[in-house]
Amino acid sequence: MNIMREKLIIALAGAAAILLAYNLYNIFLVLPDEIAQGYMYRIIYFHVPAAWVGMIGFFAAMTLSVLYLAGGNFRYDSLAASIVEVSVVFSTVNLVTGSIWGRVQWGIWWTWDYRLTSQLVCVLTFAGYLMMRRAIDEPTQRARLSAALTIFGCFNVVIVWKSIEWFRNNHPGPVISFRTGGGKMDPAMEHMLFLNFLALTVVATALTLVRARQEATAREIDSLRRAAHV
Amino acid sequence: MTLLVQAFAVARKDLAIELRTRESLTAAGSFAIVILLLFSFTFDPFSDESNEFGGGLLWLSFAFAGALVFNRGFARELPNECLDTLLASPLSGAALVMGKAIANFAMLLVVELVSLIVFGIFYDVHWLSESAWLSVVFALATWGVAILGAVFGAFTVNLRLRELMLPVIIYPLMIPLLIAAIELTNAVLSRQPLSGQMQWIRVLIASDIGFTTLAWVLADTILVN
Repeated sequence: MNIMREKLIIALAGAAAILLAYNLYNIFLVLPDEIAQGYMYRIIYFHVPAAWVGMIGFFAAMTLSVLYLAGGNFRYDSLAASIVEVSVVFSTVNLVTGSIWGRVQWGIWWTWDYRLTSQLVCVLTFAGYLMMRRAIDEPTQRARLSAALTIFGCFNVVIVWKSIEWFRNNHPGPVISFRTGGGKMDPAMEHMLFLNFLALTVVATALTLVRARQEATAREIDSLRRAAHV
Repeated sequence: MTLLVQAFAVARKDLAIELRTRESLTAAGSFAIVILLLFSFTFDPFSDESNEFGGGLLWLSFAFAGALVFNRGFARELPNECLDTLLASPLSGAALVMGKAIANFAMLLVVELVSLIVFGIFYDVHWLSESAWLSVVFALATWGVAILGAVFGAFTVNLRLRELMLPVIIYPLMIPLLIAAIELTNAVLSRQPLSGQMQWIRVLIASDIGFTTLAWVLADTILVN
């Protein structure tokens, strides 16, 4: 089982490297500049997929948390914690790239726009989740409270997701064709956006599996330590 | 129905203890007033800005003062194993959390009323004529904050660094509620029509319903000791 997982991690890392190399070549050397933003628009290929990976990760963690609460299997808890950790990183990448893009396009590093604020709130919520896990020693209590906090946090993620449509703000509206019906983004550029989303998803999956392996090992060491002290 | 009866019994118990000891109310009320005093140094308190920023000052002071109330909610049950006794009783987890939320709600409303009176005097803001709309906004926002306080008071009651972990976890979750409450309070204090602020009312109602439902469903999971 462990050998299979090792092979899977290596295969995913290899696939991610090939996909990223192909995408970077196309993003920087093949695709033309955007008419209004010029060279700078290319940050969208990292900014938007990082947000998607983060969002999907938070919802995947919520699903795993529900599964943990339903069955009590610690594997779901380890996987949920690993996914949240990776998703926090990707959401931070989204915030940082958005900030750089905002500096170039709007002339400011940050604006208290509802979408930006909500994404920051999301990152802070799940950073609190990671801190809370460190503050609880007992594995069952840690898993149970983490699962409940993930579900509460995801309620906030829904507000983040919908806020772009609920509120007036500086952040651009949806541009992807499945949300707008098309016409907002060149099909070749949109295709590359999806390809880089795929690449970042594979990177995130590989990182999650590495992290989940560490979580499982930590749990095993912890149970051995407890057994030794009984 | 049983849940509501049980919840009100828990709330009545907590409020009776609070009335006798006044440990949370005195601390939270004083803290809120100190924060309002400190904010008065950041701009001219008698300018028109008081109406524009009033909502922000008030809700930030309520949020900070609220943490003191929420920390005591479940921590009050720790001495003499009272929490274990409550959990072993026929009381459902949901009733216990709802009862704590009702007690938080009542205590926060008292703190808010006192702060509002002090705010009106310190900042020369005439809010009495708008008290009907303010009551609606305060009731909706305070319930959301109170239910979060009850849930995360239960979360953190057995944690190391309880007093530090509660604000770290609760404030990010509270932000949508706080933004909506601040925008609505500013609109009411500036005498703007609330018809243009309906999206914020929707945020408050959605948050109240969402957090209450989650608290009800997850209460037993959070409270298992």
